[in-house]
Amino acid sequence: MNYGIRLSVGVLACVGAAFLALPMFMGFQAPGIETVQRGFRGEALGLVYHKTDEAALEAANKVPGYLPQLPAVGPKASAVYKNVKVLGDLSVGQFTRTMASITQWVAPQQGCAYCHNTANMADDSLYTKVVARRMLQMTQNINQNWTAHVAATGVTCYTCHRGNNIPQQVWFNDAGHRQAGGAAQGYTGKNEPSKAGVWTSLATDPFTPFLQHDAPIRVQATTALPTGDLSSIKQTDWTYALMMHMSQALGVNCTYCHNSRAFGDWTQSPPQRVTAWYGIRMVRQINNDYMAGLTGAFPANRLGPTGDVAKTNCATCHNGVYKPLYGVSMAKDFPELRVLK
Amino acid sequence: MSDYLNIFTRVQVRGPYEPGLPLPRGDWTRTSPGSWFEYWMGKIGDAQIGPIYLGGLGVASAVCFMIAFEIIGLNMWASVNWDPVQFIRQLPWLALEPPAPGYGLHIPPLANGGWWLMAGFFLTASILLWWARIYRRAVQLGLGTHTAWAFAAPIWLYLVLGFFRPLLVGSWSEAVPFGIFPHLDWTASFSIRYGNLFYNPFHMLSIVFLYGSAVLFAMHGATILAVSRYGGEREIEQSIDRGTAAERAGLLWRWTMGFNASFESFHRWGLWFAVLCPITGGIGILLTGTVVDNWYLWGIKHGIVAWYPQSWGQMVDPATLVGAPK
Repeated sequence: MNYGIRLSVGVLACVGAAFLALPMFMGFQAPGIETVQRGFRGEALGLVYHKTDEAALEAANKVPGYLPQLPAVGPKASAVYKNVKVLGDLSVGQFTRTMASITQWVAPQQGCAYCHNTANMADDSLYTKVVARRMLQMTQNINQNWTAHVAATGVTCYTCHRGNNIPQQVWFNDAGHRQAGGAAQGYTGKNEPSKAGVWTSLATDPFTPFLQHDAPIRVQATTALPTGDLSSIKQTDWTYALMMHMSQALGVNCTYCHNSRAFGDWTQSPPQRVTAWYGIRMVRQINNDYMAGLTGAFPANRLGPTGDVAKTNCATCHNGVYKPLYGVSMAKDFPELRVLK
Repeated sequence: MSDYLNIFTRVQVRGPYEPGLPLPRGDWTRTSPGSWFEYWMGKIGDAQIGPIYLGGLGVASAVCFMIAFEIIGLNMWASVNWDPVQFIRQLPWLALEPPAPGYGLHIPPLANGGWWLMAGFFLTASILLWWARIYRRAVQLGLGTHTAWAFAAPIWLYLVLGFFRPLLVGSWSEAVPFGIFPHLDWTASFSIRYGNLFYNPFHMLSIVFLYGSAVLFAMHGATILAVSRYGGEREIEQSIDRGTAAERAGLLWRWTMGFNASFESFHRWGLWFAVLCPITGGIGILLTGTVVDNWYLWGIKHGIVAWYPQSWGQMVDPATLVGAPK
């Protein structure tokens, strides 16, 4: 064989090998990784941070400036305005401040008219106003009844909305995707690039069973020898996908909440696991008691492919950070959002 | 003085096309496209390509493999609605999935795992036929059957994963999906479900033999290359009639670590380390979910789990508290 052909075959083989190896490197990150030890030495309970990711997250999770609190003087909002159902106890000044803040948080471009008929502010004809009222109650409920998760930090509309009409991180029930059907393998809910599962082939929608319904998340046997635990490996794929989502949503690795040598063992888990446990229940209540009830209020274009309402998961509030907005409390300056009316 | 040593062969010995020994009575004839040599194959091995012996077992194995391959590939393609672009893009994620746990050991409809069962049957048939082919060819060549028995070791692990263990726990759903990422995710889920496979002593042994095989392989390759200037690559002759190559190779290891394997025993070391990796691994998998349900808790019972001081106040499972939300 002549030298040119030999060389070109060799070069082609190298290019081919590089092409085949490419997917292996696509998930790699450039150096600049910092590991913070927690837990006793030797347990490998390290929190892994990627410096460039952290810089981007810090920039994206800054608390915006907001209007100062006003004293409760003058007539109440309910006495001056009509159809004030949730915030009627506020003074007119305080009420106006809350409304202006909500505008800044949820509809900075559209302004008051996003929710209000500007000819008659008391009118409930816009669906956004109906939704906003329910969301106020939801915020109050979270701050009052879910301190096991949100502590004294609390949440405001901004925690999720961040200046968007709809929070950027919401989810809908999985409608599957078009498949050949017939006698071919049916839809399994997995084995495709799972965004929720951080690009694994695990379940694509771990939210419906765990954050809407209350399917059992725990899959690990609690006894050394078999005593009738029927949790399956397939079931574990779904739990695993949910955990991957939580990890991604909070920008943490498994060891933020678990001692990974015994994922299920509470006695050696970091305390954050308890906070997360309440968070899962909180999200379930938000999705079922607040979001699901609004399904009929939304226009069709705001609903998901199966006609379901947009729902929340961990990322909705956390946005990639272990505490939303790095734990800075905006709610402390909005006492009207802290108590359920 | 340092010397440039090629990563692969320095020389290509190119003789006339060699068809091999005459075949015993009853065998098929060999298939060859004629005198075929490849320069680049000569760089990594023998430049001669073929002839290949197909035989009844080989053909049957290939047919079964193609059936399994087609069932898996076409179901993967169907799962992206016959879209060729998505098939290529998503290929590493796609899979043919075993039936749901509800089917137990029953035969499910084709769309719900029936194809998986069928693909598994044909793939298993293909592998077993290939095993028989290796065994038969070794006998017909007048060789020992070591290669066939070595191949039986990974077949054992394969059968444990996809057949014996599902039978024992009574559910096909416990078996491995056919897919690139899905079978890897399966291993992670398997370990999590059964309380951390790293505490499974047979898994530990399997890792020892896996890494041990790699170390032995590197030691052996390096040693033989190092003494090949004295004819050391003629290992088998030197295992009976020890020459200076074998002496020097042995000396190197005796000087550096006080003991050396012989030219014969080293190959037994290599074979046993390699076959024990899937043999012990298969035992570990077979015990999981059948005899032991949580390897970490089993490890606590048997004193193999390291103790660490509590770094936090003792956590309590919130689900056990009175009035806990569901």
